[in-house]
Amino acid sequence: MMELFVSEGNPHCLKVLAALEVTGVQCGVHFINHEEKVVPFLSRPALPALLLPSKQHIFSSNTICRYLFELNGPESSDQCNQWLEWEATVLQPALLRALHMAVLQGKGSEVSKVLQSPLNVLDQSLGKGNMSYLTGKDVSVADIVLWGALHPVLFNSSLALSDHKFVKAWFDRVAAMSGCQSAAQKVLQGKGLEAMKSYMQRQPAPQSRDTQPCNSSPVESEEGERVVSEEEMEAAALTWRKDINACSQTTEKQHPIMPKEGMRNVLITSALPYVNNVPHLGNIIGCVLSADVFSRYGRLRGWNVLFVCGTDEYGTATENKAREEGLTPKQICDKYHAVHSSIYRWFQIDFDFFGRTTTEKQTEIAQDIFWRLQKNGFLVEDTVEQLRCENCQRFLADRFVEGICPHCSYPEARGDQCDKCGRLINAVELREPQCKVCKQTPVIRSSKHLFLDLPKLETQLEQWLEKSTSSGDWTANAKQITRSWLRDGLKPRCITRDLQWGTPVPHPDFKEKVFYVWFDAPIGYLSITANYTSDWEKWWKNPHQVELYNFMAKDNVPFHSVVFPCSLLGAQDNYTLVNHLVATEYLNYEDTKFSKSRGVGVFGDMAKDTGIPSDVWRFYLLYVRPEGQDSAFSWADMALKNNSELLNNLGNFINRAGMFVTKFFGGCVPEMELQQEDKKLLAVVGWELQQYIQLMDKVKIRDALKHILNISRHGNQYIQVNEPWKKIKGGESERRRAGTVTGVSVNISCLLSVMLLPYMPAVSQTIRDQLNAPQSCINTMLLGPGSFVCALRAGHRIGTVSPLFQKLEADQIEALKKRFGGQQITASSQQPAVVPAPPAVAEVKTGVGADPEKAKQLAKAVAEQGDKVRALKSQKAEKDVIAAEVSKLLDLKKQLALAEGKSPEPAAQKGKKK
Amino acid sequence: MALRELASLEKYLGLKKPNKYSTQGDKKVPVLQNNNAPPLVGLVTIACHLVKEAKRSELLGCGAEARAVVQQWLEYRVTKLDGHAKEDIKTILKDLNLYLQDKVYLAGNQFTLADVLMYYGIHSIILDLAVQEKEQYMNVTRWFDHIQHHPGVRHHLPPVAVLRNRLYTSRHH
Repeated sequence: MMELFVSEGNPHCLKVLAALEVTGVQCGVHFINHEEKVVPFLSRPALPALLLPSKQHIFSSNTICRYLFELNGPESSDQCNQWLEWEATVLQPALLRALHMAVLQGKGSEVSKVLQSPLNVLDQSLGKGNMSYLTGKDVSVADIVLWGALHPVLFNSSLALSDHKFVKAWFDRVAAMSGCQSAAQKVLQGKGLEAMKSYMQRQPAPQSRDTQPCNSSPVESEEGERVVSEEEMEAAALTWRKDINACSQTTEKQHPIMPKEGMRNVLITSALPYVNNVPHLGNIIGCVLSADVFSRYGRLRGWNVLFVCGTDEYGTATENKAREEGLTPKQICDKYHAVHSSIYRWFQIDFDFFGRTTTEKQTEIAQDIFWRLQKNGFLVEDTVEQLRCENCQRFLADRFVEGICPHCSYPEARGDQCDKCGRLINAVELREPQCKVCKQTPVIRSSKHLFLDLPKLETQLEQWLEKSTSSGDWTANAKQITRSWLRDGLKPRCITRDLQWGTPVPHPDFKEKVFYVWFDAPIGYLSITANYTSDWEKWWKNPHQVELYNFMAKDNVPFHSVVFPCSLLGAQDNYTLVNHLVATEYLNYEDTKFSKSRGVGVFGDMAKDTGIPSDVWRFYLLYVRPEGQDSAFSWADMALKNNSELLNNLGNFINRAGMFVTKFFGGCVPEMELQQEDKKLLAVVGWELQQYIQLMDKVKIRDALKHILNISRHGNQYIQVNEPWKKIKGGESERRRAGTVTGVSVNISCLLSVMLLPYMPAVSQTIRDQLNAPQSCINTMLLGPGSFVCALRAGHRIGTVSPLFQKLEADQIEALKKRFGGQQITASSQQPAVVPAPPAVAEVKTGVGADPEKAKQLAKAVAEQGDKVRALKSQKAEKDVIAAEVSKLLDLKKQLALAEGKSPEPAAQKGKKK
Repeated sequence: MALRELASLEKYLGLKKPNKYSTQGDKKVPVLQNNNAPPLVGLVTIACHLVKEAKRSELLGCGAEARAVVQQWLEYRVTKLDGHAKEDIKTILKDLNLYLQDKVYLAGNQFTLADVLMYYGIHSIILDLAVQEKEQYMNVTRWFDHIQHHPGVRHHLPPVAVLRNRLYTSRHH
């Protein structure tokens, strides 16, 4: 015996009940709730469901109907099958939308519009054969299924079928069958549409348009395709024809860059990295790299940009480091300033000036601000209780104390700030303080200090903040951190410290003291600019002409939004205050924190030793930029993004476009005759470009990058669909088509090179070199709302095209992950003797042959040999010539692996695999 | 896509003279052009027609019940699998995994057209699964591997390594 499970108000049940009545098959019928689960393996309730005698479940209405008909009759015909498939794949999605409107939204009047197209199909088919039923002169399962599907929308005459007279005649004919009438009564209970309300409410809302099937390429359809209007296409085609040279030409940077009347003058700072720390990837993305991308972008937008940064050099940490290394603080700073410079140079951070805080100008400007604050009555004197470590014989600077946060009880709060709750701390307020150096408990001593009277400046600060945060682009975290600071109420903040290595306090009563680093350091922005140009005040005392962007990680926010602005407001000298405060969240390393001491993570100086190009590093760091939330650096993900986005998406597109020009058109851009499809692509690309500009203007660097990658995805699809490599072999019109597709594609590459410039400056330039693109295109496309113009006109000769990116192999990445996973320092540490236990042997063994110097040379040799092999291959050289060079390459790679302390096996395995 | 599937199916069925196809509409629904009959529209409809043409009706199931099960999965392929939303993928895999727990093929112990078309339809989903996910949906993976190695089925699709390494989905190799 079979059992059929149905529910009231479910239109699909109409079909099966009608089929049951019409065929007369014996079957138990159970009316159950919509949500009841009948089919054991389906997560979502599916009704109707038929339990076969063999205990198998059939859970879709058309198959059930068909089965019921086949039990007593012949197998259903091709025609019948075709109608059933059409019903399930074409009619149902439209019906779902129609019922959604009619039942849930009360928009019954719009139903006919939604159903217009399928009803036309049905009407034409019924009219053509002049048949009574869908497949001939007899009723078939197709009639019952389609009737059941259409009954809810057609049975009351509110939907006029005057345009579809064949459908009307057919529908009335089927509806007149007693089986259908009784099924309709059972399911809808004479309540009409109202009966389906509870069923419809449980259905997922239909898409406004047909969803794109995403199974062909899920990566590509991450975001649904936009619908492009005719107007957009025409506008895009018009832009495309604009003359590139008609647009204004900006000239090369000329130092010193000064604010100019009538231009958008943008002053960009990146938080000053502390000199004696080698910056890790999190530091780099948080400030200098983000600021670099934005300033490069600003220049492309035609703004007058000055980007300054430098090392923050004063403070106890430097003093200590000097003591450790037996150097003077000055020597330490010189040494590490050079380290920083070289790291940023490698990362292609294009500072207009990279200075330092230990300069004459710093003293001059800091003391000037100090005297102004003093004169204006914003400094107060007080005796301070300070922590002194008797064991180390000195007052403990804030960062040399650790203890329990008095606010949130975080056990590892620092003397100046709690990493957990973000609040600033006065070191003596720490519970259970400890000297970080000797772990002894420090004692409290009194000493006279100067305070910046923040409470007195609070009203002014709030007025300014109100204006700045509402008119400028402050990131959400910057606003929130600042708000929480003000909410707690401001307290006077000490600006002096008992140290030697710092800017001396000029006041005679405080001769032995220096300025506290957080009073002093932000002044570094001014003094560094002053070292760049003696006219620095045109930037820093010119709020009406200059817009100031500060880039930093979120832990730096309070100093930039509260403390430093208060210093400048109190000094009353018309300073330029921050307009846009851009703070990132934290970047983690493989789900843990970067840690110099544990050797976990990648530090700036090591990135280049990985052999991965600087541009790829930049790309990935920007791709995972902690924008809005914390993010993590992961080796596996980096390889994935390199291989999928750079190599397969972006690089593949640009390379294909260029290769087509080279191979099919003798290196000259072919004539382009735009058809609708091309214009549509231009419109889509133009839209992505506009999104990119809107996001970049708001410093959404990570989000904007996605739109670049979208463009090359569109481009790849365009090439794939149009197959120029096939069309080029066809007739005249096909060849012309191949030309258009190639020409449009290569122009998209040109646009991509410009959009990429802020992110990957070297690759960007390489693309333009390969395309032999005019430099003027850089200054055209990102102006105003953005315009995708045809920069490479027909006849333009391009340069030599070659691949832009290399695959990151799994074994290579595994090796890097191991190398940077932790303890990499111990491999080269000075105590190799202390390696006793057997389990460590394997590690030690791999470390034994390691020779960084040799590795560097070998890496270079491998790269050169690789180029050689590729060149030979592209020139189609003799097989054995190539083979000989390849074996040389493999040998070099093996040596490199040894020199890097890796076992060479993985490489060998890889060889086997291929 | 559907056309490549049909071409592969023709090869599998050993049909000597290839049929003529075109597509219809935005969704590229396949159309089989017939010289002496009206054209047939729709993947499942055409596939069933080809099976009958090749006189391999056992691939549609033996007996009414088995035929219903086969039709059930063919319908599932074109209604649920095609055009699935991204968020549906997990549900699809979970349900199929449960269903296949005690079965070799979709219709039980017999290889049918349902296996072929479901395999073609689900290929891109499986391709993107990480190894952990493949382990999670072990029954689907086993069935999939079984079908892709069924002689003559795979044709236009790349083989998917069922277990390889833990880092990447197979697409990126």
